[in-house]
Amino acid sequence: MSTPLLRIEGLTKAYPGVVANDHVSFDIGEGEVHALLGENGAGKSTLVKMIYGLVKPDSGRMLLRGEPYAPPEPRAARADGIAMVFQHFSLFEALNVAENIALGMENPPPLRDLADDIRRVSETYGLPLDPYRVVGDLSAGERQRVEIVRCLLQDPKLLIMDEPTSVLTPQEVQILFETLRKLKAEGTSILYISHKLEEIRALCDHATILRLGKNVGECDPRETSARDMAEMMVGAVLKTPERAGRELGEVALDVSGLSVKSPSEFGTSLKNLHMEVRKGEVLGIGGVAGNGQDELLAVLSGEILTDASAVKLHGRPVGRMGPGVRRGLGLLTAPEERLGHAAAPDMSLTENALLTGAVREKLVSNGFLRWGDTRAFAQRIIEAFDVRTPGPENAARSLSGGNLQKFVIGREVLQRPEVLVVNQPTWGVDAAAAAAIRQAILDLAAEGAAVVCISQDLDELMEISDRFAALNEGRLSAPRPTAGLTVDEIGLMMGGAHGMEVAHV
Amino acid sequence: MIVIEKRPQPSQLWSVATPIVAVVATMIVGGLLFAALGKNPVEAIATIFWEPLFGEYAFYYRPQLLVKGAPLVLIAIGLSLGFRAGIWNIGAEGQYIVGALTGAGVGLAFYPLEAWYVFPLMVMAGALGGWAWAMIPAILKVRFGTNEILVSLMLVYVAEQLLASMSLGLLKNPEGFGFPGSRNLQSYPSGHNAELIEGTGMHWGVVAAFVAVIFAYVLLNRHMLGYQIRLTGEAPRAARFAGVRPARLILFCLGLSGALAGLAGLFEVSGPSGQVSIDFNVGYGFTAIIVAFLGRLHPVGILLAGGLMALTYIGGEIAQGNLGLPAAAIQVFQGMLLFFLLAFDLLTNYRIRFAGKEVA
Amino acid sequence: MDLSAINPVLLVASLMVAATPLLLASIGELVVEKSGVLNLGVEGMMITGAISGFAVAVETGSPTLGFVAAAAGGALLSLLFALLTQVALANQVASGLSLTLFGLGLSALMGQGYVGVKPPPTPKLDIPVLTDLPVVGRILFGHDLMLYVGVAIVALVWAVLKFTRAGLILRAVGENHHAAHALGYKVVRIRTLAILFGGACAGLGGAYISLVRVPQWTEGMTAGVGWIALALVVFASWKPWRVLLGAYLFGGITVLQLNLQAAGVAIPVEYLAMSPYIVTILVLVILSADKSSAPASLGRTFHASH
Repeated sequence: MSTPLLRIEGLTKAYPGVVANDHVSFDIGEGEVHALLGENGAGKSTLVKMIYGLVKPDSGRMLLRGEPYAPPEPRAARADGIAMVFQHFSLFEALNVAENIALGMENPPPLRDLADDIRRVSETYGLPLDPYRVVGDLSAGERQRVEIVRCLLQDPKLLIMDEPTSVLTPQEVQILFETLRKLKAEGTSILYISHKLEEIRALCDHATILRLGKNVGECDPRETSARDMAEMMVGAVLKTPERAGRELGEVALDVSGLSVKSPSEFGTSLKNLHMEVRKGEVLGIGGVAGNGQDELLAVLSGEILTDASAVKLHGRPVGRMGPGVRRGLGLLTAPEERLGHAAAPDMSLTENALLTGAVREKLVSNGFLRWGDTRAFAQRIIEAFDVRTPGPENAARSLSGGNLQKFVIGREVLQRPEVLVVNQPTWGVDAAAAAAIRQAILDLAAEGAAVVCISQDLDELMEISDRFAALNEGRLSAPRPTAGLTVDEIGLMMGGAHGMEVAHV
Repeated sequence: MIVIEKRPQPSQLWSVATPIVAVVATMIVGGLLFAALGKNPVEAIATIFWEPLFGEYAFYYRPQLLVKGAPLVLIAIGLSLGFRAGIWNIGAEGQYIVGALTGAGVGLAFYPLEAWYVFPLMVMAGALGGWAWAMIPAILKVRFGTNEILVSLMLVYVAEQLLASMSLGLLKNPEGFGFPGSRNLQSYPSGHNAELIEGTGMHWGVVAAFVAVIFAYVLLNRHMLGYQIRLTGEAPRAARFAGVRPARLILFCLGLSGALAGLAGLFEVSGPSGQVSIDFNVGYGFTAIIVAFLGRLHPVGILLAGGLMALTYIGGEIAQGNLGLPAAAIQVFQGMLLFFLLAFDLLTNYRIRFAGKEVA
Repeated sequence: MDLSAINPVLLVASLMVAATPLLLASIGELVVEKSGVLNLGVEGMMITGAISGFAVAVETGSPTLGFVAAAAGGALLSLLFALLTQVALANQVASGLSLTLFGLGLSALMGQGYVGVKPPPTPKLDIPVLTDLPVVGRILFGHDLMLYVGVAIVALVWAVLKFTRAGLILRAVGENHHAAHALGYKVVRIRTLAILFGGACAGLGGAYISLVRVPQWTEGMTAGVGWIALALVVFASWKPWRVLLGAYLFGGITVLQLNLQAAGVAIPVEYLAMSPYIVTILVLVILSADKSSAPASLGRTFHASH
């Protein structure tokens, strides 16, 4: 067999309290699409950061075409033909596309020439981009195009893509795959990181599976079933959440004619939203990130005020009420960003329990805090939701993502909401915690609460919701029953391909 | 190689130890500074920290400690609440001046009437004056989003001009033979903030400072409003999610710190200082910023830090007299203290590791 | 009152002089803020520059060496700020304040022996014919060299930010330090350099006050100019040429109120003296509605984790 493009031998990297990568080895061949598969926290990100020169391994080595390869910084990696598309884009919102791309290149040509190059490459690969648009005004899919074009302009030998499809509609995913196949045909190797098994089966030639920092197996994804790969990835057989058949009650949450301007400069304004959620129902709201999800949550939580009658709870207008009052009436919410929004990172779990629990759990009397009751409430959340922590006096930021998410969701669920709105309830959470959170949401609905689940994970929405709607550029599609929806229909509700086109071959 | 790592949670030990380490480091580097100025460093440090407490004339200096410490603590307590919430009132010096002007103004308006209610009215006017001066940046911030740091600071310069105008004009002593400055309130019994116990330095301002410390402690640890203040400082977005109204918090924090600074000004002008004069303010409003940070924005810490800073003031004066140490050297010394505190604060939230020795 | 005593040509010429310290300090702070750092220590760096420059100019007899020393002094003090905020990851607001408090004390200590001393005069530009032109000559060609250096620095900063890769990288770091780090840019190093530049500019501005504008040394002589410089950056929406405009505007107000004082206008001196500060507040109020041009990472601590 010929020399692989990149050989990874025994790479190890430890952080305090956790070994992110433990003697990981594998090869990436020339012109191969290689999948790196693993749950959140399996060590995929650390591994690619070592390849890209952002993190130095503690031990082990890499060989690029047989030569030792140890990039001290990303610049060196790029010089060796390695390019990376980040999961959380490394883009500058206030700068335009051409400037952003210039920043990722070693010796960029003058901006005007660069703009021509951008137009040429983006047309060749079906990734239309205007070089002079400010990145802050672009959609998530367009931003990803910026990152990809930036990589392509450097003629990479190895393109690393970290969870690239999490921000795309199904149609856009198909177009991206066409682009990647074209690159592969031209001889570029691709390291494709994902936890979405069907995508990997559709695209990749070879897969390496990581679990808890270790290489636990390799396979040819085209010949391995998704179920087998899932078991390798998770290390155990997962049970899918159970949904009891349930009766839908009267309308609990009624949003009608809701239009709101986004408070942030590059945010998305909501345009004429309508939705009704009944007791016992889970309404799933899909859509690519940045299409108004944060704004919708803020409108429902009371962080953004609207016309009084735009949001009604049990027929009562609550649009002008703040978060505290709404909680008192039974409308609870859990935002996407755990640290800094749903929880204060440096405060203890007890103090974080007080953050939303003050009203319904009666943790305040005459303005004075009842710390004893608050601690007991935090302890109840920890026990009921199996939050792994030494105790409620620990700071929120000391918890892992999954544990903190269980705490945040548990905090709302235990307050017996009449309406619960969650945004990305399982984002960045390991599979076991995700399953527990989904089950909790379903149980809550079974007890008669109305639930709105905003998520970018379509599988999740198909699993737990009764009806599905999609946000696209601040507009909400009409909700449709989940049963019987096809991927194509969902994709079109999410806005289809957003004007992208298939790569011109 | 040295690696800085974020701790999973703030270190309790270092949060207490940091101020002590900072004080020690300041003594060492300050000693070097004094040596460079040609003074005996050990003697200078001893003069500053030992002499006022245990020296020959300690009976005179100890009361001074209360006199100097009280305004610092009073102002710093107010500032610390705002600082905790990320609301930066750095114009306490201006609020201090205006509080002194309004308070003294009320007293002088009643002169020579002798009545029990004169002093309480002066106290209220002083607090109100400081409060009103602080409401300017507060309202501008709430209404227009104007930066409160710059506005509150600009108002210090405005207040200084106002003070000059008042001591040369409206409040000038009509029997003062044309000299600038107001009547001396020390010789107006109803308007005099006299020592409560002879020879202790204990005046109403000291009482107010202790009350403020207790109030702030209860507020921060037991009350919803204090929780909201801390939450806003730690995570502003989470605070809005929790239902905190930022505008109300801004008005409260700036208003309270202004009122406390105004009170400090009134107690000073009607007591130790006695009269409104052009150079009545001596920078307590700025030193209180150091006190607030040195006390880790914690009420009890501020009490201790206020005492320490008062000590450097008095000790500095003694060193100025005995050793000829320039007054500015003490100012440098105080600034250095804040530097070291901020630098060592790293250890509270981060761990320093020497990567060479590490075992995976 | 005699308003005719105010000579418009002299007024414009002296407003340019009054504006220059502000201009220098603001353009330095603009670069610092563009890199995402808020340094509230401008006042402290200015006053340190004022005394460093003054002392060296007096000792050597050379104003040029004085200005060099002022830049070095300001930069040295800003290095402390860089150590605190970039290495020790301290809060930028608190560190900036402490820098100002420290600088005020330090300058007073350094300036002990220089009260009442006269510095060597800073030479003025004197181009035959041009300088002698009526009106224009006095306004455009009759100043000391530092004034032109100030304008040149503004032009330079504008050109570097707009046209060069270094400027692009600086702006990128100020917009999103995590992304800049991910692309391999040295956030801490770039910011430290920006802070040093800001310190040097503030130092020059301070020395301009002590060597040209006043010219002598008194404690606390910057009297809030450093803080007005901070306000000016907001006023200018982080755009170099608007810094120039703003500085001349503020310089104009300062000079005008001084002229009015001299002319004996019926407004008490104290109220005229507070006018620049009140105007600053008013300008801040009018402009605070638009924050969109502020660098997105301004004032945030950067720590490269993992």
